[in-house]
Amino acid sequence: MDKPKTLVPYGTYVLVWFGLLALTGVTITAANLHLGQLSVLAAILIAAIKGTLVLMIFMNLKYEDRLFRIMMLLAVATLAVIMVLTFTDISFR
Amino acid sequence: MSSSETARLAHPSYLEDHGRHRGILGWLLSVDHKRIGILYLVSVISFFFVGVTLGVLMRLELIQAGPTIVQPQMYNAMFTLHGVIMIFLFIIPGIPAILGNFFLPIQIGARDVAFPRLNLLSWYCYIAGAAIAVASLFTGGGPPDTGWTFYVPFSIRTGTNVTLAVFGAFILGFSSILTGLNFITTIHRLRAPGMSWFKMPLFPWSLYATAWIQILATPVLAITLVLVMLERLFGLGLFDPAKGGDPILYQHLFWIYSHPAVYIMILPAMGVISEIFPTFAKQRIYGYKAIAFSSLAIAFVGYLVWGHHMFTSGMSDTSRLVFSLLTFLVAIPSGVKVFNWVSTLYKGAVEVPPPMLFALSFIFLFAIGGLTGIIQSALATNIHIHDTYWIVGHFHYVMFGGAAWGLFAGLLYWFPKMFGRMYNFRPAFVAWVLMFVGFNTLYFTMLVLGWMGMPRRYYDFLPQFGTGHVIATIGSWFLASGLVTLAVTLIQGWRRGAPAPADPWGGTTLEWQIDSPPPTENFHEIPTITRGPYDRPGA
Amino acid sequence: MSTTALTDTHHHDPMGAKIGMWLFLLTEFLLFGGLFLVYAQYRTQYAADFHYAAMSLDVLIGAFNTLVLLTSSLTMALAIAALERGSRRVSAVLLVVTVGFGVFFLVNKYFEWSAKFHHGLYPGSEELAGRTSGEAVFYGLYFAMTGLHAVHVIVGIAILAAVLGIVARRPRIKVRVDDIRASGVSLTGSDGQALWQRELAEAPEAVELALVYPENAEVRHRQVILMENCGLYWHLVDVIWIFLFPLFYLIS
Repeated sequence: MDKPKTLVPYGTYVLVWFGLLALTGVTITAANLHLGQLSVLAAILIAAIKGTLVLMIFMNLKYEDRLFRIMMLLAVATLAVIMVLTFTDISFR
Repeated sequence: MSSSETARLAHPSYLEDHGRHRGILGWLLSVDHKRIGILYLVSVISFFFVGVTLGVLMRLELIQAGPTIVQPQMYNAMFTLHGVIMIFLFIIPGIPAILGNFFLPIQIGARDVAFPRLNLLSWYCYIAGAAIAVASLFTGGGPPDTGWTFYVPFSIRTGTNVTLAVFGAFILGFSSILTGLNFITTIHRLRAPGMSWFKMPLFPWSLYATAWIQILATPVLAITLVLVMLERLFGLGLFDPAKGGDPILYQHLFWIYSHPAVYIMILPAMGVISEIFPTFAKQRIYGYKAIAFSSLAIAFVGYLVWGHHMFTSGMSDTSRLVFSLLTFLVAIPSGVKVFNWVSTLYKGAVEVPPPMLFALSFIFLFAIGGLTGIIQSALATNIHIHDTYWIVGHFHYVMFGGAAWGLFAGLLYWFPKMFGRMYNFRPAFVAWVLMFVGFNTLYFTMLVLGWMGMPRRYYDFLPQFGTGHVIATIGSWFLASGLVTLAVTLIQGWRRGAPAPADPWGGTTLEWQIDSPPPTENFHEIPTITRGPYDRPGA
Repeated sequence: MSTTALTDTHHHDPMGAKIGMWLFLLTEFLLFGGLFLVYAQYRTQYAADFHYAAMSLDVLIGAFNTLVLLTSSLTMALAIAALERGSRRVSAVLLVVTVGFGVFFLVNKYFEWSAKFHHGLYPGSEELAGRTSGEAVFYGLYFAMTGLHAVHVIVGIAILAAVLGIVARRPRIKVRVDDIRASGVSLTGSDGQALWQRELAEAPEAVELALVYPENAEVRHRQVILMENCGLYWHLVDVIWIFLFPLFYLIS
C-alpha cells in the first residue's frame, strides 16, 4: 500500500549539488548584466529552479508518493494567488 | 455477570481512571483524543462565558447614550477583548478542538488521531496563548483598545498592551496549526479498512477542508503579528507610514488569514449539521458528494475574497472590483449545502428533539447572515454600511447564529455519547426559545441600526439610535438567559441525567455503534466498512 | 522458566510521519511567504531605494553563505543515504559536517549584522531615521527576513544535533511493564517477529526496561525516517535562503 523506498544514488545528490553551484554562479553573473526590469524576473526564475532542484531531489519529492507533490503545489498556488490578488491593489493605485 | 458487563469491565470508559496517571493528572497528561476533547470543552466554554459577560456589559453601557457603566477607554478595551476571546479562544478552536478531537477518530474507525502527543501539545498552546492574552489585561499600559483587528498605525502607537495580546494570539495560532496537521494526517492514514474517502461521514470531510485552511492561512497571521511585535519592540518600520510603511499592506496580510479564518469557523459547523439532518430525517443525506466537494470549494474560494473587508481602506478600484466579484462567487457552494440539507428533509420521517431544533434554526440564522453578506459584497452598498452596526449584525448572524449555533447543536447531539447520560429536553427547548428570541431581537435590530447609520465600536451615539439600542440590550438579556439555561441543562444532564444507550437517536455513523461513553480504545475491534455512512439497513 | 511476552505495539507509520512533517513545512513556507509578499510590495514601490540600499550588502559574504548552505544540504542528503545503506558511522560524520556548515553560516551572519550595527544601521536607529523611506524599509525587511531565517537555522542545528545523538548509537526503546510475575521477558515486534529475550535476576512486579534493539533493517528504517523528516526541515531552511540571497544581495 505504501510506496517502497527508492534508494537515491550518492552520485545523483552530488550532481545536483554541482548544478546548484553553477546556477548560483549564473544568478550572480546575471545580476551584473543590467537587465533592468528583467533582472527581478531572472533572479526569481533561477531561484525557482534551484529551489525546485532541492525540493525534488534533496527532499525526495520526485521519489515520493504524488500526494506530497500535490501538497507542495497547493502551498505554492496559495502563495501565488495571494500575491496576485494583493498586486491588483498595489499595481493599480 | 452478563457478557456486556464483562466486556465493559474489560474495556472501561475513557472517563474512568486507568494507565499511568490518576485523577487530575490523568486528564492533564492524557493523550487520549476524547479526554483532550473534554479539556478543550471546559476551557473553550469557560472563555465563551467570559466573552458573553463582556458582551452583556457592553450592551449595558450602550443602553443609553453617554457614559452608563464605564468610561470610553474601558469600553474600547471591552470590545477588543470581546472580539479576541470570542474569535481566538472560542469560535476558531471551538468545533474542531472539542467535537473534532472527540469524534473524528471514532467516525473513521480509528483508535486515536495520528499524533496523540501533538494533540495534547495543541491544548497546552491554547492554554498558554489564553493565559498570555488574559495577562495583557493587567500588565503594561492596560488592555488593548485597538479592536481585535489590531489595525496599524494605531496598534503600533497606542500605549496599551498590544504586544502581549498579539503574542497570545501568535501562540494560539500554533494550537490551530497543530490541530489541522493532526486531522489531515489522521484522515489520510487512519481510516478503517473499507472506508474509502466517499464512505467517510461528512463531519470528517468538513474537518479536512478546515484543516487545510488552518495549515495554509494561519502562518500568514503569525508573520503579521510578529511584524507588529517587532515594530512595537524595535521600531522596525514596515507598517508605519512615518517610516515609509503602508498600513493597507497590514490590512491585506491580516485579512489574508482572517477571511479564510471565518471558514475555519463555519465549515465544521456545517459538518455537524450534515450529521444531524440525516439522523433526524431518518434517511440518507441528499447529495453527499455535493456537500463534500462544496466544503473543499468553500475552503478554496475563501482564499480569494479577503479584500471585501477593505473596500473603504484606499485600495485600488481594480482590486475592489475583483474582490467584489469573487465574493459573490463564494456564496454559491454555501447555497449548495443549504439546498441539500433542506432536500434531505423531503419525504423523511422528521423528528425535532433539541439537536435538530438547533440544526434547523442554524439554517435560518446562517441564511440571514449569508444574505446580508451578499448585500455587503456590492461595492455601492458597502461604502454606506462598512464599519456600521450592519456589519456587527452580519457577523454575529454567521459566527454566532452559524458557527456557535452549530457547536450547540453538536453538543446536544453528541452529549449522550460523550457522557453516557441524557439531558432533560424541556429546559433545552426553553433555552432555545430564549436564545432564538433574544438573538434575533439583539442582532436584527443591529442590522437596522447599521442601515440607519450607527457606526460600530462607538461608545456614544446620537438620539435617533436610542430606541434601537434599548431593544438590542433587552435582546441580549434574553439571549444570555438562554445560554445560561442551556449550560445548566447540560450540566444537570451530566450529573444526574438518565443513562443513555449507545444509540439514542437512531444514528448510522460509527460513533453510535460503540458504548456511551466510549471505551478508551474506542473499538474492541476495528470495524471493516462495507456501507455508506448514512445508509440505513433495509432502507 | 516462565516468560512474559511483550509486544512492541508502538504504532509505526512512516508515511504518516512524513505527511505530518510536510504539513509543518508548508506552514513555514507560508510564514516566509508572507514576508516575501511584503518584500514584493515594497520592492515595487521603492525600486530605486532598494537598489541603492542593497549596495551596502556584501555580495561575497552572501554568495559564500549560499554555497555553505547548499553544501550543507548535500551533506544532509548524503547522511541519510549513508544510514539507509547501513553506514552508521559515515552518516554520523556527515551529520556533524552539516551542523558545522550551519554554525559557519551563523558566524558569517553575526559578522554581517555586527558591521551593520557598527554603522548605525539597525531597526529604530537614528541613522536609519535619517535615510529615505525606501531605504529604511529595505533595512527593516533585511533584518526581519534574515533574522527570522537565522532563527530557523539555529533551531535546525539544535534538531540535527538531537538527531545525531539518536543515530550515533543503536536504537533503544523504553518499555514499561506492570505485573511481570515471571523470570524472563521476551520482546516481539509488531509483525510477530521475535526480537529479543532475556532472563531476569528476580521476578519484579513492575519494571521499566531500556531495551537495545538488535541491529536490523527494520530498526534502522525507523531512524532513517526520523533523519529524513529532520533533514526536510534543514533543506527548507536552504530553500528559503536560495530566495533570500538574490532578492537582497543581487539587486544593486
